Amino acid sequence: MSVADPTAEAMPLAPKQDVVPTIGTPVGGGGWKSHLGSLLFLLPGAVWLLIIVVYPFVATIVRSLFDGSGTRFIALGNYKAIFSTTDTIVSLKNNVVWVVVFPFLVTFFGLVFAVLTERIRWGTAFKTIVFMPLVFSATAAGLTWASIFFNDPHTGVINAAVQGVANAVNPPGLYPVDTSAGESVGALAATGVQSGSAGTLVSKSTVTAGGTIELGLTGISPTVLQQNHAAPAKEPTSSNGAITGLVWRDFSPSHPTDRGQVFPDEDGIAGLHVALLGSDGTAGATTTTAADGSFSFAGVGSGTYRVQITANNFQAGFNGIFFLGTQSLTPTSSLNPTLQAIFSLPIVDIAMIIAYLWIWAGFAMVVIGAGLASLNREVIEAAQIDGASEWQTLRRVTVPMLRPVLVVVFVTMIINVLKIFDIILNMATPSSQSGASTIALEIYNNFASTGGQGIAAAFAVILFVLVVPAMLMNLKRIRG
Amino acid sequence: MSAVQAASLPAVSTPPKRRFRVRPSRIVINVVLAAVAIFWLVPAIGIAIISLRPESAFEQSGWWTVLTAPAQLTFSNYKTLFSAGFQAGGVLDSLTTSLAITIPVTILVTVISSLTAYSLVFGRWRGRTVVFLLIVAMLVLPLQMALIPVASLYNFIGDTTGLKIFGTVIGVIIFHVAFGLPFGIFLMRNFYTGIPHDLLEAGRIDGAGEWTLFRKVVMPLGLPAAASLAIFQFIWVWNDLLVALVFLANNTHETLTLFLYGQTRFLSSNYWIISTGAMISIVVPLIVFFAFQRYFVRGVLAGAVK
Repeated sequence: MSVADPTAEAMPLAPKQDVVPTIGTPVGGGGWKSHLGSLLFLLPGAVWLLIIVVYPFVATIVRSLFDGSGTRFIALGNYKAIFSTTDTIVSLKNNVVWVVVFPFLVTFFGLVFAVLTERIRWGTAFKTIVFMPLVFSATAAGLTWASIFFNDPHTGVINAAVQGVANAVNPPGLYPVDTSAGESVGALAATGVQSGSAGTLVSKSTVTAGGTIELGLTGISPTVLQQNHAAPAKEPTSSNGAITGLVWRDFSPSHPTDRGQVFPDEDGIAGLHVALLGSDGTAGATTTTAADGSFSFAGVGSGTYRVQITANNFQAGFNGIFFLGTQSLTPTSSLNPTLQAIFSLPIVDIAMIIAYLWIWAGFAMVVIGAGLASLNREVIEAAQIDGASEWQTLRRVTVPMLRPVLVVVFVTMIINVLKIFDIILNMATPSSQSGASTIALEIYNNFASTGGQGIAAAFAVILFVLVVPAMLMNLKRIRG
Repeated sequence: MSAVQAASLPAVSTPPKRRFRVRPSRIVINVVLAAVAIFWLVPAIGIAIISLRPESAFEQSGWWTVLTAPAQLTFSNYKTLFSAGFQAGGVLDSLTTSLAITIPVTILVTVISSLTAYSLVFGRWRGRTVVFLLIVAMLVLPLQMALIPVASLYNFIGDTTGLKIFGTVIGVIIFHVAFGLPFGIFLMRNFYTGIPHDLLEAGRIDGAGEWTLFRKVVMPLGLPAAASLAIFQFIWVWNDLLVALVFLANNTHETLTLFLYGQTRFLSSNYWIISTGAMISIVVPLIVFFAFQRYFVRGVLAGAVK
């Protein structure tokens, strides 16, 4: 494809000739021998293309009209199956997402980078950095980006960053309970304590000033206790005018079945936020347990109280966003499966689009940059002399002049993402593959499965039909 | 309007620079582009560091901890992978398999494309326009259109003659060459149309045959385009996964992309292999890229439709 001829003068050996292929036929000399000679030259390429490209092309169209075994003619049966099966609709939907989003983004970034690199001294270095991923395989790039997006904040750099922010905004408690993983705060209650409202724990019994209370919890791992510097639990001693108490891990390795009693090998639970609840249920004074799990509210008035272990103790930490999964970014849970397949937007699509932009933005930048370099600078400078701002010049002069190049990049990227394959295979986790699937992936999967070849052929024909407009565009341009 | 003409080299050559007045926006542009450059470098740096950390470190802490603890860097992953030697399924075997596919494909595509383009430009048979337009149409033809029949064809040949093509390097090469040809012919033809026919006519009058004219006149002149095509084709085939996945199926030897893909089933437990293998797979095209940057960019510019 001639990139809209951005730098026609670049090549030394380039007498400007017409493109129309027939023109330039030499005159005279040679006779039939030269015909034969040049026809012989044509032979290897022609034979190769006929056997491996042209014949299979026809054969695939025919094959798409037969069933999986290839023996029974079913007309458009495979196509009907494709457009009525939820799984395959998902793959068509994903291709639409790619085609709608990606070419636009890559052309936009390519244009921005191409324009901006002209204004910096280290433009060549920048171009090299952004262009380099183009030589990486989509396999290597996809696996690289998978690591960037890993959902464990210990290994994925993006989730590590998100975790940093999330934990600063909403700090996790010392004893996190991950409700999304099926854990519950109520399950921690062992002795004298039960679940209260909104993820809290509340003492079963009431207590008055001068009284003591013991709250036994279970299901907290020794490691977590260690991290919070727990010390052996001590029975609380009563103190005048105060409510004293203990929160401890009610599990003794030496007496594994005995509950409710404080054994010497049981630890207090340190650093817990506890609050006094009045008889009407309103929270009053708050305090924090000591290393041995003891706490004390001094100067308590008359009345009966319960002790509450507040919810923030159990606030779960940020566990990472599952970027490589198929949870939908659009609310589709209330829709029927077909509409869900059509309207869901799996998050992994976004992650993969970012990775693919990383690969292809350099291509767009270089092609558009070549176009930019070949523009008539006088027109641009004239606009600036006439008082157009830089933005106006870009918007009204440069971009319109670049239009042919932008179209080439755009169309190239449409064709590219219509065939998108490797990045999905390597980036979406195995469980997300079907949700992130595309036409090319369906072709391969069906091809590789027994009895799937009819569907695979039909999908291939669909893919072909989708690239036909680009094909016609090329032909039109070549013929002038 | 030849493709190769179109291929100036923005990354290397210096386009005429405009002088801009210094203004605050310049600082903003520098900062923004610096941020973009860092964003572009992070994944590559990340994977490089992961490959240089001990196998066990991956799940324990992020690669970025290297910033504070550089002592953890080691070549042990590379040593482990290389120590397996050239046995099938190992990374070195994959490296040689990739080369065994890529090099023949590159040579065949370049040579056959040049011959075909010569015939299209300097031949005088009828129907050259139609053939060329057909080739242009093939430029964007998805190779998926050929998978099933070609696989059947390979199997048929295997069944009737005992010549095993499916599941071998040969089958992969044949397929790659076919789908490399349309672009190759297109690129070479566009370049050859720029060669004055007088040059050939002079040769013809002196009695030179077509082969001589091709060898002595057209091929030397077309070398820059052939180089672009070869580099582009090399990197294209080197990075292929799909064709290898289909036509190298069940072979004990894998390409590097197949090797990497094979590890994804155990993504996090095998990430040390993946990162190290990815680095090894990246090195070859990276060397080619930096050695022949000018030609590669030309090929890319010309290949804007592929």
